[in-house]
Amino acid sequence: MTNELPQVFWLFSIGAILLLITGFYCLIMTYNLVRALIGLEILTKSVTLFIILAGYVTGRMALAQALAITLIIIEVVVIAVAVGIVLCVYKNIKSIDGRLLRNIKG
Amino acid sequence: MTINIILGVSLVLAAAWTVMTARLLRSVIGLALTSMILTIIMFKLNSPLAAVFELSVCAGLISAIFISCISLTQRLTDEQAATKQKERFSKFWLLPVILVLAGVALYQVHIPLDFHLQAAPSESDVRNIIWNLRHLDLIGQIAILLAGAFGVVALFKD
Amino acid sequence: MLSPLLLLPLLAIMILNLPIRSLTQKLSVWVGVGLSLWQIVAVILLATGRGCTDTWGKFFTLGLSCDNLTLVLLMSIGIVTLTTILVGWQTIGGDKQRFGFMNLVFVAMIGMNGTVMLTDLFSLYIFIEVTAVASFILIAYQRDTNALEGAFKYIILSATATVMMLLSISIMLLVVGDTSFAAVGSAVKQSQGNPLVMFAVGIFICGLLIKGGVVPFHGWLPAAYSAAPAAASVLLAGIATKTSGIYALIRLTTSVFANNESVNSVLLLAGTISILVGAFAAIGQSDFKKMLAYSSISQVGYIILALGCGTNLAIIGAVFHLFNHSIFKSLLFVNSAAVETQSGTTDMNKLGGLGTKMPVTNATSLIAFLSTAGVPPLAGFWSKLIIVIALWQNGLHTYATIAVLASVLTLAYLLLMQRRVFFGKVADGLANVKEAGWGITVAASILATITVGVGVLFPWMFNSVLMPISSFLK
Repeated sequence: MTNELPQVFWLFSIGAILLLITGFYCLIMTYNLVRALIGLEILTKSVTLFIILAGYVTGRMALAQALAITLIIIEVVVIAVAVGIVLCVYKNIKSIDGRLLRNIKG
Repeated sequence: MTINIILGVSLVLAAAWTVMTARLLRSVIGLALTSMILTIIMFKLNSPLAAVFELSVCAGLISAIFISCISLTQRLTDEQAATKQKERFSKFWLLPVILVLAGVALYQVHIPLDFHLQAAPSESDVRNIIWNLRHLDLIGQIAILLAGAFGVVALFKD
Repeated sequence: MLSPLLLLPLLAIMILNLPIRSLTQKLSVWVGVGLSLWQIVAVILLATGRGCTDTWGKFFTLGLSCDNLTLVLLMSIGIVTLTTILVGWQTIGGDKQRFGFMNLVFVAMIGMNGTVMLTDLFSLYIFIEVTAVASFILIAYQRDTNALEGAFKYIILSATATVMMLLSISIMLLVVGDTSFAAVGSAVKQSQGNPLVMFAVGIFICGLLIKGGVVPFHGWLPAAYSAAPAAASVLLAGIATKTSGIYALIRLTTSVFANNESVNSVLLLAGTISILVGAFAAIGQSDFKKMLAYSSISQVGYIILALGCGTNLAIIGAVFHLFNHSIFKSLLFVNSAAVETQSGTTDMNKLGGLGTKMPVTNATSLIAFLSTAGVPPLAGFWSKLIIVIALWQNGLHTYATIAVLASVLTLAYLLLMQRRVFFGKVADGLANVKEAGWGITVAASILATITVGVGVLFPWMFNSVLMPISSFLK
């Protein structure tokens, strides 16, 4: 068990890093507002996995779980609000394509 | 170890599918799948409580939110979906390549794990930490839930 | 006295939302005024050493702490929230709408008060997120398309910042096994040069720079500030992004991540670029609020620059400028709210000659822009002076020169703004414009008085109020 620990850690770290790449790729390439939120979700999943891993490896499972649970709750609120905004956008312009939202130049 | 590898690979596959598929609905299902795999991984990593949260909130609630959002917004016909799929593929073909390359490269790396790794039994209970030691976080959570509630009211009422 | 700052707004929200709406809807504004006034009084009490015993806090393990930096921030939060509420009272029509708005302001207040008092990295993330969620909704509150776009941009960039911060927290958890400031601070100090720890510190700071809207991460800021409802942009520009981004940056770089050479050089660079990009972009804007937004980026640049310098004097300058900035930038946004409500536009091409029509707005706007540009004896001059002196003393002559020159640029674009909006001939269709309502003028007068007062009293304040600020530096 203890011998396997670094391997398990590194394996799932790779998984989490690949999730990060996927999420950022999605965020950069997409114009669809909902899909951007899905990209964010993937990023958050990756971070959750990182926190759980950190807790597992250092033996502070309880703290890591407490943090992960809090994180999940905050994530769902943010997504709910974001979806609300997307729906309002849809109501106004009948589309969820981000390219149509270029009234404000950043 | 084998099961861990399978879990890790399927996690990434599910995420990649989520991003690459053309229909938003499938994308959301892919997200839920990713969540479920993550839940299993969390169980394997000795975090049952967080795993349950992940399953019920992320795989359940968030999927429900997304699906209701999609059903309120977009309807694609099969033809549109097909052209969209092509479009997506031209944009996203790079992703699997990057993922495979990065995965292989990272697998070769052996990071010097100089921090002490010890999977000692956890020193206290999760519930104790949440309810007794981190009151500030609880206040924060209450506040953010309230903000979410006001937000939903403000954004949806007519 | 500390925990009530969190718990009272929470209590207020809960009582206001009891099912006696017909009564509470009218009361909400008064409750808001009361809460923010109480916060200002509480800060004064805390600063004079009274009221330090935390009776309520005994029932909770909150781990709040309070030093002079916290007090300065709590003070500005109190003042800016008060003005936001006054402006909201005036500009948001309908009891129901106003009621929802006030509730969100209270949530933002909890978020900001928590952010400045907590002592744990993960709690920091939570409270920054509370402030952010309240801000998203406040921006999108009136549901016009531009505001929704601004809010969505803000959500995406803010969530990216969040992911960075959480990644950093997980690395800290891995290396330290804990997330409290004390534990992380000592671990960072011990692990000098550990690449993993440096990476964690770097991405956390990156995340905070996004939240603070520092160039090159400023994409969301002009859209969000300019499209938000008038009252919301006062809160947002005045204090919300300052607490969640800049305060956290000051706290972490000074007390937790220890003064670190490479971090400092990055901050110096980011600060300078922000000052310049913000100032040059502001010149080209024709929208009143957008110009103010870019000006905000530029002013935040000064704070980051001072922080990068890292000496005690520089950090006093940074904190002082943070306070001043939150006052005069709120004032400018209050003025823009006045112009927007009275004339119906913020496009400077359509505005002109409002000075005679709106004397109070005109005068306070003049004070605010002179203070922003750093004209003596107003408050902004002194804080910029401290920053420039600190930079010069530390041998950073180039940066000091840039800071002074950019100040001239600030004067130029704000003068342009003042001339186009308030001076000259009255523009077409604005002949019937009147002074804004009492809520806005009272808010503007309060802020203008503070700006002038702090500026004039500065020589007396320097030793008794400003120098003690540095006591939080160890």
